[in-house]
Amino acid sequence: MSQLFFVYFAGMIIAASVLVVALKNPVYSALSLLVMFFHVAGLFITLHAEFLAAVQIIVYAGAILVLYLFVVMILNVKQDDRYHSQWRIAGFVCVPLLIEVMVLLSGGAETSTTGPRAALASSAKTIAPDNTLAIGQTLFSTYLFPFEVASLVLLVAMIGAIVLAKREIGEQDNPNPMVRTKAAE
Amino acid sequence: MVTEFGLRLAISLTQIGAVMCIVVITVLILTLAERKVLGWMQDRMGPMEVGPYGILQPFADAIKLFFKEDIVPAGANKFIFTMAPILCLIPTFIGFAVIPWGPNWTFEINGVSIKPFVISDINIGILYVLAFASLAAYGIILGGWASNSKYSLLGGLRSAAQVISYELNVGLAIVGVLILSGSLSLVTITDAQAGWFWHWHIFAMPAPQIFAFVVYVISVVAETNRVPFDLPEAESELVAGFFTEYSGLRFAFFFLAEYANMVLVSCVASALFLGGWHAPYPGTLMELVGLSSWSWIESTMWFAVKTYSLLFLFFWLRATLPRLRYDQLMRFGWKVMLPIALANIVVTAIAVFIYQRI
Repeated sequence: MSQLFFVYFAGMIIAASVLVVALKNPVYSALSLLVMFFHVAGLFITLHAEFLAAVQIIVYAGAILVLYLFVVMILNVKQDDRYHSQWRIAGFVCVPLLIEVMVLLSGGAETSTTGPRAALASSAKTIAPDNTLAIGQTLFSTYLFPFEVASLVLLVAMIGAIVLAKREIGEQDNPNPMVRTKAAE
Repeated sequence: MVTEFGLRLAISLTQIGAVMCIVVITVLILTLAERKVLGWMQDRMGPMEVGPYGILQPFADAIKLFFKEDIVPAGANKFIFTMAPILCLIPTFIGFAVIPWGPNWTFEINGVSIKPFVISDINIGILYVLAFASLAAYGIILGGWASNSKYSLLGGLRSAAQVISYELNVGLAIVGVLILSGSLSLVTITDAQAGWFWHWHIFAMPAPQIFAFVVYVISVVAETNRVPFDLPEAESELVAGFFTEYSGLRFAFFFLAEYANMVLVSCVASALFLGGWHAPYPGTLMELVGLSSWSWIESTMWFAVKTYSLLFLFFWLRATLPRLRYDQLMRFGWKVMLPIALANIVVTAIAVFIYQRI
């Protein structure tokens, strides 16, 4: 039964991902990205990671993708062919990815049954049904330092975005923008 | 195995059907109640023509919308135009699956344990509601875009910005309650508020969530696009906003989604802050009289009273307050509500920490 669900979710993820880059209308691309996010959340649920599934939908589908749609609608791009002739970049990205998949499929298969994945499977059994509690405890004990670093990086990015957005307004009504940005920093 | 699965499916479908009926009936009542309440507040009668005292007005409205011509504007994206109202409606109805309507009872039928007053008690209940509430924005924004009309597009874009801004405040306002109850499941959160009314999270020691409740209520008014935050459908600027081009049944879907969303956020508010199905006194009066098997009626009625009081608040706001300007809306959301919600989290966390040490 769970195998069946996995095949369905994985297949839909692949199909939707291909559609995201293949469709010509950017709004349709965003919609297939939405379908993909949903199926990734479904995969999380089959792994009993309900918290991750909910966060996946709230963050990616509920916030980030809405902003994408927002931008797409403001730009009003309708079936623009400019973005569909980037074969050189696509090849540049695809070839290393393909090699990686080859390496994983050939060499990674035998270690995966005994390696970290087996350890994960055994630990998954010991995790209580309250998946949120488990994630919280792991995040704030074992991975506390990476977690703090990640939040600091995000904070820096946020401040950077605010400074960049502020500067344009400052240049218009302030003759000396450098003074303002220095003060803002 | 198969019979157990079949029984579970049958029970779940019955519960889903019952909840859907209750929600749709509530929406019908709300459409009449809104016009009546607004009428009384403005010193007039409200609808009086259909049926005695106008109480059949919702059915007249429904029949009228049902028989209207279904118009798809020229140049509209037909597929998305058709899909948008459904995209708006489904996430709202899905959210009702985790709302506890009554006592946390468990029955055993042929080895299948069922909870009669909640469709599904999942351990991420409130996150599930938030996840699907955030999807309602898609219906609005896509409906606005697909209509191929400038008013609709502007309404859709406004709504996207507004919903994202205020969703954040809803999420942050809830965190205080989660710290107090230590769970994400709405059933567990409600159970933590048993007893006298000062055990409700809005008054509960060590950290009363009164500010969180105010932030939550204001933010959900904005999220459901109600007055005074109804900028996506501001009729003086945008005709009718994102559903300008919609007619007939599709318009009815948007309408239904908006009202069902109001019911959903009121249910969540009463479960999180106002003790859910718990009466303001310990236990129930029915148990005192000796009819403890009938006490569920009292419990569900308390839940209904709390939910309807919050819904009345929506109408009250609509009758009282003028619409905000767009920059005021954004400034209020980010510079007033967000700091209050964040401060509430910090204060609650410190208070609970100290309380546990004592």
